[in-house]
Amino acid sequence: MDMVGTIGLTEEQADLLEVATNFCRDKSPIEKVRELLEDDLGYDPDVWKEVAELGWLAIALPEEYGGVGLSLAEVVPVVEQMGRNLMATPFVSTSIAAQAIIAGGTEAQKKTYLPKIAEGMAATVALSEDNGDWDLLNIEASANLEGNGYMLSGTKTFVCDAHSAEIFIVSAALDGGSAKLFIVEKDMLPEGSIRRETVIDETRRSFKLCLDGVGVHEIQMMDVNQADAALAHIHMVQALLLSAEMCGGAFSTIEYTLDYLRTRKQFDKIVGSYQALKHPIVDAHISYEHARSHLYSAAHNFDKQGEQEVAVRMAKSKAGEAFSYAADRSIQFHGGFGFTYECDAQLYRRRSLWCEHMAGDGAYHREKLAALMF
Amino acid sequence: MSSPTTQELEEFRKEASAWLKENRPAEPDFMLPLTFMEVGTEEQFDFLRDWQRKCYEAGFIGAGWPKEYGGGGMHQKFQEVATKEMERQRVPIMLNAIGLNWTGPLLLDMGTHEDRAIYLKGILTAEDIWCQGFSEPDHGSDLGNAQTKAVRDGDDYIINGSKIWTTQGNFAKYMILLARTNPDAPSKYKGLSFFLAPMHVDGIETTPIRKLTGEYGFTQTFFTDARIPADCMMGEEGQGWAVAMRTLEYERGARGGQGGGYTISMPDVSKIFDLAKTAMRNGKPAIEDPVIRDQLTQFMIEARSIALSAKRQSLTPLIQEKPHSLPLSSKVAWTEFIRRLNEFAISLQGTKAAYYVGEEDAVEGGIWQRGYLNAFSATIGGGTSQIQRNIIGEHVLGLPKS
Repeated sequence: MDMVGTIGLTEEQADLLEVATNFCRDKSPIEKVRELLEDDLGYDPDVWKEVAELGWLAIALPEEYGGVGLSLAEVVPVVEQMGRNLMATPFVSTSIAAQAIIAGGTEAQKKTYLPKIAEGMAATVALSEDNGDWDLLNIEASANLEGNGYMLSGTKTFVCDAHSAEIFIVSAALDGGSAKLFIVEKDMLPEGSIRRETVIDETRRSFKLCLDGVGVHEIQMMDVNQADAALAHIHMVQALLLSAEMCGGAFSTIEYTLDYLRTRKQFDKIVGSYQALKHPIVDAHISYEHARSHLYSAAHNFDKQGEQEVAVRMAKSKAGEAFSYAADRSIQFHGGFGFTYECDAQLYRRRSLWCEHMAGDGAYHREKLAALMF
Repeated sequence: MSSPTTQELEEFRKEASAWLKENRPAEPDFMLPLTFMEVGTEEQFDFLRDWQRKCYEAGFIGAGWPKEYGGGGMHQKFQEVATKEMERQRVPIMLNAIGLNWTGPLLLDMGTHEDRAIYLKGILTAEDIWCQGFSEPDHGSDLGNAQTKAVRDGDDYIINGSKIWTTQGNFAKYMILLARTNPDAPSKYKGLSFFLAPMHVDGIETTPIRKLTGEYGFTQTFFTDARIPADCMMGEEGQGWAVAMRTLEYERGARGGQGGGYTISMPDVSKIFDLAKTAMRNGKPAIEDPVIRDQLTQFMIEARSIALSAKRQSLTPLIQEKPHSLPLSSKVAWTEFIRRLNEFAISLQGTKAAYYVGEEDAVEGGIWQRGYLNAFSATIGGGTSQIQRNIIGEHVLGLPKS
């Protein structure tokens, strides 16, 4: 058992970190985040276009499919900075879908879809179901052979950015057997098959996807032999990118809270001078620093077999704990103001609840870690 | 000095590794101290002094200090490699911690050429043991309020007062001493001066303090009209606070340049797995209990948090926003971790949690019980965890003073 772990940073990661820090700060000020809460689309299409033009969607795609040929390690700093600024775009959904295709798509599918994604086509995954289980193999949606294709049925939940996605990576049990993956294009879906969900994080756009009556040609099925591996990979990608978002979010939560603690006066004293507030915010800060160390360790080890899973699960567990603690205390430390919609603490707390409970919470990942470690 | 290549460092690591394996002293028939703060007996002292001298003579202590003062004249990174290797092999700790890792780098940083020439070699060989006279009985965490007086008299200062928690005070030849030279200074900090004080003079007495474990390691040091030469003052009169603060940065590892060697042996985290496998809960090994498994995993995550954060300090783009954050946070993080880890290890022992060192049926000789009680020396000493949080809050997060 490796008690210390490894961490590193590539030049590309450092460069992307710098560019993304400035870009996300400039393009997603908090006033804009607030405006977009009410917006149906939920993000600024011009910013999304710029993200594509910057080539960020192509970072972790292989060169042969129009990508840059780097890895998810280089995507991590970008997502971290998006998380810092609560920036909403379909970037994460699309990145996850692209990874699904890389891990489980057929050669033809890779050639068809990856170059389009590299140029800015939005995509998403439709894997969760009403049972709320994080285990991606526990599904009821089904795919039944019919003619030269499959008839799908069932309902998927938490399909992020479904309103923008051109393609959906859908899991369904093949003829009552094990889970297989399909690529469903938007125009294969009948009218009314997606319905917006009301979710705790109002910066997100999440949908239910009804698959009843959706028929797809057999070429839409992904590589049957890779389905389990692809699902396992998707789970890791989700956990990694959520960890990145959470580290970014935790940083901003703490900064936002500190602004208040440095200026608000009660009983003739700046409230940040009281140890009852100072010490917990320090604890939140240390927890964030630790989460960030785990995040960049997970990024560093993401392509290393045998290291990846431990590093990613630790990162997800730690980041969830850090972000949720910081945001929970942020509401409390803002006092009466913290109880209002106007205070940004709620934005962070809602975001942290979302992130912590997607792709496995801390206890879930620790249970898996225990099995891996001892 | 240009940075060594990875290959050069790796070669040095191999050299250190081989030497340590070859020369590691046999386990003595008495219990060795876990940290430099627990050297309680002459036999422990002699054993560790001998070991430090051997390591120095082999070139694995003071490797980064200048040759003219007895060091190895190499890049400091070589010393860091050797230190890590000592820690990894869990060889005995370095005895002269305050000399090697606080006073030495301080002298190289702020001392005169004469100071370095006089003191550094003796620090490396462990011939001259150093202790620290900062804390006082009535002013534990409030260092700036030190009341031990130093009054100028001709070529001497006359010292009166008392210092407490003097690690190795009974063994030390020198003390880094913070004393009040001007009681009427405009602020309490400006009245302090810093001395490289000899211990073997009339009027200085040390009384061992018995710790909560029942062992010794600290003394209280009493000064009664003790005369020390005026030229052992470091810096100018009234500058003591600044020098003391710089010393604390070395003590907390926030600044580099240490003479090297690890001085606090960490418990072997992986040993808690062994404990969890042997401890029984409801007729089954505790390691099968889901709650225990979750706790174990949390400790694993935390162990990595600390190690990874230490490594992240060298990845500049990942620390530039708050460069002091990780160095200043590490002390509270790891000392509290060690305390809770020991506590958890005790909890895995069932009723045997209640045994203590000396009981032959105690789990691993009672090392976790003793370790837990001793862990408080680090959560309290060198600035309590609570003071650490104030420091981080004020110096990293920009909050006003409490």
